[in-house]
Amino acid sequence: MHFDGPTQVAESLRSVNYLADDRISQVVFLASRLDKPVLVEGPAGVGKTELAKAMAASTGRELIRLQCYEGLDEAKALYEWNYKKQLLRIQSDVDHDWDTISHDIFSEEFLLTRPLLAAIRATDPVVLLIDEVDRVEVETEALLLEILSDFQVSIPELGTMSANTQPLVFLTSNNTRELSEALKRRCLFLHIDYPDAEREQLILEARVPGLSGHLAGQVAKVARSIRSLDLKKAPSVSETIDWARTLIALSVEEVDEDVLGDTLHVLLKYQSDIERAAKELTSTPAS
Amino acid sequence: MLPVITGFIDELREAGVPVSMVESIDAMKAVEAIDLASRTALRETLRATLVKNLRHERAFDTAFDVYFSTVPLPSGESDGSPPADQGGEAAGGEGGPGSGDFDPDQLFNALLNALAGLDQEALRRGVREAVERLAGMEPGRPVGGTYYLYRTLRRLDLAQLEAQLMEALSGDDDLTEFEERLLREEVESLIERLREEVQEEIRRRLVADRGREAVAKTLRRPLIEDIDLMHATSADLAEMEAAIGPLTRKLAARLARRRKKRTGRLDFRRTVRRSLATGGVPADPQFKHPRPHRPEVWLLCDISGSMATFSRFTLQFTHAMATHFSKLRSFAFVDTIDEVTEFFGPGIDFGSAVSRITTEAEVVWLDGHSDYGNSLETFHTRYGSQLTSRTTVIITGDARNNYRPARDGILADVAKASRGLVWLNPEPIAYWDTGDSAMSHYGRHCTSVHEVRTLRQLEEFVETLTLPSGRPRQNA
Repeated sequence: MHFDGPTQVAESLRSVNYLADDRISQVVFLASRLDKPVLVEGPAGVGKTELAKAMAASTGRELIRLQCYEGLDEAKALYEWNYKKQLLRIQSDVDHDWDTISHDIFSEEFLLTRPLLAAIRATDPVVLLIDEVDRVEVETEALLLEILSDFQVSIPELGTMSANTQPLVFLTSNNTRELSEALKRRCLFLHIDYPDAEREQLILEARVPGLSGHLAGQVAKVARSIRSLDLKKAPSVSETIDWARTLIALSVEEVDEDVLGDTLHVLLKYQSDIERAAKELTSTPAS
Repeated sequence: MLPVITGFIDELREAGVPVSMVESIDAMKAVEAIDLASRTALRETLRATLVKNLRHERAFDTAFDVYFSTVPLPSGESDGSPPADQGGEAAGGEGGPGSGDFDPDQLFNALLNALAGLDQEALRRGVREAVERLAGMEPGRPVGGTYYLYRTLRRLDLAQLEAQLMEALSGDDDLTEFEERLLREEVESLIERLREEVQEEIRRRLVADRGREAVAKTLRRPLIEDIDLMHATSADLAEMEAAIGPLTRKLAARLARRRKKRTGRLDFRRTVRRSLATGGVPADPQFKHPRPHRPEVWLLCDISGSMATFSRFTLQFTHAMATHFSKLRSFAFVDTIDEVTEFFGPGIDFGSAVSRITTEAEVVWLDGHSDYGNSLETFHTRYGSQLTSRTTVIITGDARNNYRPARDGILADVAKASRGLVWLNPEPIAYWDTGDSAMSHYGRHCTSVHEVRTLRQLEEFVETLTLPSGRPRQNA
């Protein structure tokens, strides 16, 4: 994968129906040029994870994904020794002395690779996605530091394993907590916000087959309008896409108050939000 | 290029954005890899390498505008030749400032057409002329340009521009109320774009006049986490709201944490189950997970007049906390206290919660001046018996008691009955105990007392908070 410039990144992403703006394509270009991980932040559902998937699809690389959660540890993120296989090995071999065996059982054969190590050991370059990194505890974050700065993993029994190929790394965060400085320092920072109405219209047109330009424009404008309200959860891009699909399924040609009132629940997920949006945007309150 | 970038990084640091050595080296490396002709490329490259926090982006944008402003074209030459051969509706050839006569209507129409047709070039040309003609900029004055911005926009008659844009974009159909709303928002976003263009143009001229460092210094504003909560504007508070969410989550985690002791009791069933895989040799003992600790938090907020801005902030904080703590009770007081927990229930937006507190909660008993003594006494008689060893009590207020009796003995009882008692005071430590402040009377009974004047200090408080992990039981 070699890009000449951000426009090429944007084109490549466009080929898999991901519309990147200037900022996204510039940062991805830098990441590929400088071999640095990208920390993608932003509200839920603006296409953070999608960006990594689109990069994998457009460059034909394999996507290796590590979903983070509270309680994630080394054994699930990096590697684990295949304990049972080691035991079998010891039991099946009675002829050799302990020294030979003990040396033998800590070899790559007995290593279970987890996503991070898998990304490093891969023979073809991959895209590594570390999803929702803000969910792990601060202490666990430290696990990532070595791989992010040097693309290597140190295993006490085996030594340091460095990357065969340079993976393209994306970390996503919903910013539910502040990430550590050490982590941020190693990454390029990319904040993705809700797209403006024009770009959202283009995204809708690319993502929803059969959607007319006029309707896409209307959907994008309604989405902008709703996001300007003070809501518990603003509609995400994926929700506007769902909404556009709903409109097509209902063979709606024109968004008006009635249509909006009937389908608001696709865009908004809290009853209080639905009521509020209905009150603001339509003259008849939703039931 | 290099000196400009180092200057730019210095300015960011000056403005409070933490830029580490490694990051500045990264920025330099990155700049070498990009196409320097594109200002967007440069902007996004520097942003991605230097700014790692959304809250610092405003400071970044301001500094970037100043440090990498395009050189303004000298008037006269700027609009003279190029627009003439571009023809087009905007700024039509002979109307350029070079010719001397200036027609406000023509400029108005040029801007209108540029906005309606989304013509970036024409817009820029129009804005350049508008600033040239209308801002009345005087060279050498050490100002940030807000006044020039205001003056240009006022003379442009934005209301009229908005109305005409509505007309131009609506076509001939009659609009329903709903369509009109969407259109109005469209127009508002266009006007906002014009405003930004004008601001940028003004900054560009200021930089040309006074140089980068000087302008950057005038424009420098404290970061959102350094703004004094007592004097924050409502726009500042709105911006802080985004930061409060993660902070309350962290606080929830802090309060739930227990000192790590032995993990629970031996889980016999799991131990046997696990060891079956290896035939019982070796057996790896498994322990039951200790029950997660459910923190209970009671929040007491002073919402008297002297605390207006700060109390708005603490109420925001309370509102955010209500989503993370199932057992949060909140109380508001001025000279007496009332429980306001129900106003922050799930699904209630902040605005209506505040208006209900001010209208429905009974927080004024006598004259509406702070009376901590009476508030505490009322609190203790009404709710004191419900305090348990799991309750953490947080009081926010300046402890300015209007020289009324402090009755701090009550606070000692509250502290004894609860897990911990924390006091957050928005005044600088130097002012504590001056005048009618009774801070040290109250402070000596608290588990800890913190000065919380800024968001940053609140973050520090959350970061360092440690409470005794439950009091020893007397009769276990």
